[in-house]
Amino acid sequence: MNPLNVEYPSPNTSEIPAEPALRVEGLTKRFHPSMPPVVDNLSFAVAPGEIFALLGPSGCGKTTALRLIAGFERPDRGQVWLGQENLTHRPPEKRGIGFVFQDYALFPHLSVFDNVAFGLRSLSPSARRQRVEEVLGLVGLTVFKDRRPHELSGGQQQRVALARAIAPGPKVVLLDEPFSSLDAGLRQVTRDEVRELLKRSGIGAVLVTHDQEEALSFAERLAVMRAGSLEQIGTPEEVYTRPLTPFVAQFLGRTNLIPGEARGIEAETPLGLLRLAEGAVGPVLLSLRPEGFVLEPGGEAVVLSREFKGHDLTYRVRLDGRDYVVQADPHCPCRPGDRVRLEVRDPAVVVGRRGGEV
Amino acid sequence: MRASRRPIPWHFLIPALIAGAGVLLPLAYLVLRAFEAEPQTLAELVLRERNLRLLLNTVILLVGVLSGTALLALPLAWLTTRSDLRGKRLWTMLLTLPLAVPGFVGAYALLGATGPGGMLEALLGINWPRPWGYWGAWGVLVLFTYPYLFLNLRAGLLGLDPSLEEAAQSLGYRRIEVFFKVVLPQLRPAFYAGGLLVGLHVLGDFGVVSLMRYETFSYAIYLQYSASFDRIYAAWLSLMLIALTGGLLWLESRLLAGLSFSRVGLGSARLARPVPLGSWRWLSYPLLLAPVVGALLIPLATMLYWALRFPHENRVSVSEALANSAQAAAPAALVAVLLALPLAYLGVRFPSPFSRLLERTAYLGYATPPLAFALALIFFSLRGAPFLYQTLTLLVLAYALHFMAEAIGPMRSALYQAPPRLEEAARNLGYGPLQAFLKATFPLLWRGVLASLALVFLSSVKELPLTFLLAPVGYSTLATQIWAYTSEAMYAEAAPYALLIVLFSACFVGLLISQERRK
Repeated sequence: MNPLNVEYPSPNTSEIPAEPALRVEGLTKRFHPSMPPVVDNLSFAVAPGEIFALLGPSGCGKTTALRLIAGFERPDRGQVWLGQENLTHRPPEKRGIGFVFQDYALFPHLSVFDNVAFGLRSLSPSARRQRVEEVLGLVGLTVFKDRRPHELSGGQQQRVALARAIAPGPKVVLLDEPFSSLDAGLRQVTRDEVRELLKRSGIGAVLVTHDQEEALSFAERLAVMRAGSLEQIGTPEEVYTRPLTPFVAQFLGRTNLIPGEARGIEAETPLGLLRLAEGAVGPVLLSLRPEGFVLEPGGEAVVLSREFKGHDLTYRVRLDGRDYVVQADPHCPCRPGDRVRLEVRDPAVVVGRRGGEV
Repeated sequence: MRASRRPIPWHFLIPALIAGAGVLLPLAYLVLRAFEAEPQTLAELVLRERNLRLLLNTVILLVGVLSGTALLALPLAWLTTRSDLRGKRLWTMLLTLPLAVPGFVGAYALLGATGPGGMLEALLGINWPRPWGYWGAWGVLVLFTYPYLFLNLRAGLLGLDPSLEEAAQSLGYRRIEVFFKVVLPQLRPAFYAGGLLVGLHVLGDFGVVSLMRYETFSYAIYLQYSASFDRIYAAWLSLMLIALTGGLLWLESRLLAGLSFSRVGLGSARLARPVPLGSWRWLSYPLLLAPVVGALLIPLATMLYWALRFPHENRVSVSEALANSAQAAAPAALVAVLLALPLAYLGVRFPSPFSRLLERTAYLGYATPPLAFALALIFFSLRGAPFLYQTLTLLVLAYALHFMAEAIGPMRSALYQAPPRLEEAARNLGYGPLQAFLKATFPLLWRGVLASLALVFLSSVKELPLTFLLAPVGYSTLATQIWAYTSEAMYAEAAPYALLIVLFSACFVGLLISQERRK
């Protein structure tokens, strides 16, 4: 599991809001007694109206976590709270939490209107009609209300699924990879629309995704999951710039992991003395993003490869037998084989304190 | 720490348990009844020499029919899939159609066609000897059950990867060697699957062996029950027959166990190049025509001959029998679907050893030879529920419990097409488990439900042994009328009933094939 034998700092849970809309405590679930838990002691809270993302590679347990919150699966341990109400032992139909499925799960035998009206049966027919019209207006699908789901495009189906989930007026909606079945062009547009709609209606949301870019741009706060448990919680900026573990550093974009010996605000590393974002003492593992470097011509390092991406350039550079990923502006003249000098501009982040051996 | 499973909703669990109990309870009564005898009589009953003869008779019929169908079905399946025979689709359809003739109707038709005064003598002047005894039962069963094997072998042949055969050829094997070394071994799963169906048919058959007067377990059970009223001996014979059926199922699963990797798929991307028949073509026609003439042309001609030659005077009794058949089969279809739906649902949505066990129980009811199952129900109703004995309700229950397994299939396929997310979405929108099922899943199931209803209805209409033992006194259906008239050699009187049954069965086969296609 952990070849470097690194001790990780505990996840940062200090920012739990005072009056959370949704709170999850110590949620644990295993599907098979002899296997490790799929969700392991998961705790987080979502403020009213906040957009929260659970981010992790596939198989990390994030979808199971969402299904536990919705009540489709039963936790082995832990609790789910909605405001002051303990939902842990309630059946899914009594939870009042919206759910948008990855494949939308629209009822194929019902029209768009009836799909959205499906969760509104406690209302009188006229109130129901009014609410459906209102919600369809919100997602901009009023003209499609008599169509069947299969007559809609993927993006439209997506919006019907969202309309159906928010129509009963939940405080929180859960979104399970809701943009993954859309093609790339539509994804960005739909994502923006959904985000705006959620913010406008003041509904809290928990988004599950494996796409780090989506999580960073969509969520106000996010939690990174790995093998069933939380690695880090924070705002996108915090998690990106101050990863707490090597896994988080690598999962959220590219990074360079560099071993070093910390002495307060600096650390001795193969790149020389590096400034630290936060003080530390002893053997450490540091993360330095590719954009934290500046390339200067002439020096000890050799350019191995060059990857042009339009708005920037990514180089792989070798120095003293170690490879580094370095980002440079698109006008950088360096070519593979050139000799360069690596300058570190940003402070390095401690992502692990190493134990005795390395 | 234990993994907490989603609990099975009781609305599905309870009907499923009732379905399971419905099959197991009568069988338990059969066992109870069998062990009621004094130890001394028991030993005498079980160790009777006659049992050995019955066992031998049943087994040689089973082995004979299995070999006969295999020898007939394999060349037919090869000709209609791999050769350059013209009209393969038409031949396939013609060769599948004998399925639409229930065995006892086939026996009736062949008896009515042969012998002095038979259709063949009257129309063509051929006095073909009337089928009788072992060879009579063998001939009828081979002619009317080979399509099970034929269809399985066809699917197997179509599913084989032709590149394996080409590989063998490139390694220096002649075509005929390739067939025996590469093709035939890969067809083993198809042989076992088709053979199991044929075998269950032979063991469960009552109509054919009784009309051919060939003493197998089924026939002996009937004789014991109807003539000498020795019910304990009948119970023992039933148990022996069930044990034999169990042995067949065990053998099939053992043979299949080692072959799980070579199971034949549904068609491959590339079709094999047709093998030119050349001068063998002329030899293939008699082979193709024999079953079509024997199992389709002659039976249909016989029924029409007798029906037209001697117009039936008593139309009332025909319509009454038709009404009686429908009156028992329609509620049976409904009950079977109501019992099978929870079983299918549990099997698809809550797969576990428990749900598999429940489903197996339904198949146990199907595999139990109908005569033995009928006897078990009689013992059960006499002891456990006397108000049911000799009622239409008991007959309806018998049909429903026996044919429940047929109803599971179409509904299960439909359930697999209705994603569980829909029900979860409904739960999320405030519906309880049962409502969520009814609102979100059930509307997508009706095709499957209709198919299941029709399958059970048609099966019940053509079912003979269950009707025979369980119908209230004086309640005659299409099936029992055919049997009664045929056993008295009154072929003209039986003809209109036989035509009606064949019509119903043809619908059944058509439905079954369209269901297969949907998969």
